[in-house]
Amino acid sequence: MNGVPLVSAHHTESLFDNEQMVLSMGPQHPSTHGVLRVILKLDGERVVDLDCDIGYLHRGAEKIFENRLYPMIAPYFDRLDYITAVSNGLLYVETVEKAMGIEVPPRAQYLRVILTELNRLSSHLLWLATHALDIGGFTVFLYAFREREEILKIFENFFGARLTCHAFRIGGMTYDAYPGFEEQVRAFCDMFPKRLEEYETLLNENRIWLGRTVGIGIISAEDAINLGLTGPPLRGSGVDYDVRKTDPYECYADLEFDIPIGENGDTFDRYLVRMEEMRQSRRIIMQALDKLPDGPVMGKVPKVIRVPPGEVYHSVEGPKGELGLYLVSDGGTKPYRLRVRPASFVNLGALRKMAIGSLVSDVVALIGSLDIVLGEIDR
Amino acid sequence: MMSSWPWGLAAWVAPQWVASLVEWLYKYLPAWVTNNLTATDATTFLVWPLIQIAVMLVVVLTTVAYLTLAERKVSAWIQVRIGPNRTGPLGLLQPVADGIKLLIKEDVIPFKADKAVFTLAPIISMVCAFIVLAVLPYGPHYASITDINIGLLLILSISSVGVLGIILGGWASNSKYPLLGALRSSAQMVSYEAAIGLTVVSALIFTRTFSMQGIVEAQRSLGVWFILFLFPSFIIFLVSVVAETNRAPFDLAEAESELVGGFHTEYSGFRFSIFFIAEYTNMVVVSAVGTTLYLGGWYVPGMDAIAAQFPEAYREVVLTLIGVIAFAIKCGIILYLFIWMRWTFPRYRYDQLMELGWKWLMPAALANIVLTATAFVIGKELGWVRSVSGTLEMDWQGKVFFTVTGFLSTFPILALLNAINRNSRSFNLRAQRTTIPVSTRKARLSPSVKPAST
Repeated sequence: MNGVPLVSAHHTESLFDNEQMVLSMGPQHPSTHGVLRVILKLDGERVVDLDCDIGYLHRGAEKIFENRLYPMIAPYFDRLDYITAVSNGLLYVETVEKAMGIEVPPRAQYLRVILTELNRLSSHLLWLATHALDIGGFTVFLYAFREREEILKIFENFFGARLTCHAFRIGGMTYDAYPGFEEQVRAFCDMFPKRLEEYETLLNENRIWLGRTVGIGIISAEDAINLGLTGPPLRGSGVDYDVRKTDPYECYADLEFDIPIGENGDTFDRYLVRMEEMRQSRRIIMQALDKLPDGPVMGKVPKVIRVPPGEVYHSVEGPKGELGLYLVSDGGTKPYRLRVRPASFVNLGALRKMAIGSLVSDVVALIGSLDIVLGEIDR
Repeated sequence: MMSSWPWGLAAWVAPQWVASLVEWLYKYLPAWVTNNLTATDATTFLVWPLIQIAVMLVVVLTTVAYLTLAERKVSAWIQVRIGPNRTGPLGLLQPVADGIKLLIKEDVIPFKADKAVFTLAPIISMVCAFIVLAVLPYGPHYASITDINIGLLLILSISSVGVLGIILGGWASNSKYPLLGALRSSAQMVSYEAAIGLTVVSALIFTRTFSMQGIVEAQRSLGVWFILFLFPSFIIFLVSVVAETNRAPFDLAEAESELVGGFHTEYSGFRFSIFFIAEYTNMVVVSAVGTTLYLGGWYVPGMDAIAAQFPEAYREVVLTLIGVIAFAIKCGIILYLFIWMRWTFPRYRYDQLMELGWKWLMPAALANIVLTATAFVIGKELGWVRSVSGTLEMDWQGKVFFTVTGFLSTFPILALLNAINRNSRSFNLRAQRTTIPVSTRKARLSPSVKPAST
């Protein structure tokens, strides 16, 4: 009997003929997070090959930048990644400030950090909501939206908008915090850890959740670096890289916070990293509120903004990864070229490596785990 | 001692009133029926069942309609929302509004679909769901349409045919998502039916009959609910039927976030709602089967004592009323469990679902049969239980013994599952988790990167 298979290989092949099916997932699909189209080559339910088709949301933002004055560009950044409008706005104003050498007053820096971290919370909450929904946990979706609503209320009071929030100006802030801002943020921070525990009781020990996330879409640290992953997908693989620590901007150097690192690089670790990041963001907000200095919120900025000729690259740690901006100036009032390094776009590149060999259900979980926004990918 | 309202209620549904209705309907039977059948036969086999079927259909369809509302209200309650509250008081007209909306919607048949099969599929689904209603024991006496001696087998077999509707619907749509959904569903239903069939066997050791009324009567004559004797079996049944009815966390066939709508992606309008009605009717059916097998059906302890306080003429009516209400409440509890599970758990993956069915529920059901049978033989040898002309007689020692063994048998079954689990790589999450080698894990981007303070 040794080495003789009961059914010959030839027979097996004819019995279960490997007929592959090409499935176009998206651009209209409940869980491709916008208008991503994933072309799947399936053998039964197993993914043999996969290709991402993007560009359904392309608006030519980078070309528009070249034809706008510097102050006019800022609102366009809110529309790139519409979930993290505050982080995008921060990226733009900081890049221009860096190019012009403008000092931002400390109060504006602290306010910027508070608002950016609140934005990180709202982005992570939206990620948690949709990630859970992709895996079938509908209740977590609505729970997370309940907390996100509180943050959006703060944003509405501060910026006058809920989604495309915009109050950062080159050199500082357009206006100071509204009366009651501090109390509202503190109230949110007091309530938030309990709510986080609520989600974790639903998910962390849940066997089905573990089965759907543990060991799914493993990406090693080396692969993660080679693919250029940043943000939670990189840290989930165990690489200790966070722009807020490695290249601190604003007042992050004065604040104490930890960077959570995963061990296994699977979907569950990315989930844990983001959950811990939410706790750390709350910690940053609480500290920044305690240290919030008095003073002006607008620095000295020339009436007409002209960036000296040259090139500048600046990056901030967005909720989805490293957001970079490459500015080329010819000394005029408009940029010669503005190139965005979108975190989602680079992170999406890892999907193929993660998904091949897994099942259709896992592809959905992986897209959720990478936390992409098509507005940022297509620009 | 007794208040006056049950009297009025009993008088309202008095047999005399029903009898006059039967008489009135009999007059309208066609001549060729009344000429060829005796008056008794025509009443027993034609008039009376037709009344029952009409009542049953109205009741069940209303239940199904309001089950959708209940689902939405309970899910809203779980998710800190309000739920439908605009149509009618407390949203009570929402099912009506939904029904009208679905009826007047355009009925789309995809261009490349197999039209005949596409039309047939929802009909198969619904017919199979409704046939089963005929044998369910909603209450004693005239509260069930028919009581055939293979009632339970009929339910199991018809529900196997019901899956055909889903498979055909998915296949006939000639579209990829429905095809995947149909494939998932067929595999799922075949595996979980095996588990249901096996777990029901252990209940049959005590019921000694396949007749649904007989199963209830067996519990009535012993004065216990079989959940006491068959606790593990009840749990296995509960998990399996959730999978059988394609409900979350086993709703892979229509997994919205993966397969858009699963097998009914291409269905719209009333064809879709027929699938929907079939799904919810199946929920009602399986909860009724669960109630009958494990929760005593329409039997509640002391119902005979209550009925005995009424005059002879009303006794049957009172018994039926109590029975129907008890049955409805028990079904409601199981249905609530279904809804609760759906809105709490994430969704299983296809392969994990198969493993749960074959590696957990099947061995557990088999082990349960062995344990229950062993306990039964021991009880019989000790003389606590006797089989008298097809029914069981049991002493109080027997009841205590089987209750204790019923609950205790959970532990050997768990031990068995644990052993299987430890040796099965794919179900052991700890073994499945391949860690990244430490050497690559601690990779840093470059020496200039400052380590984060952790």
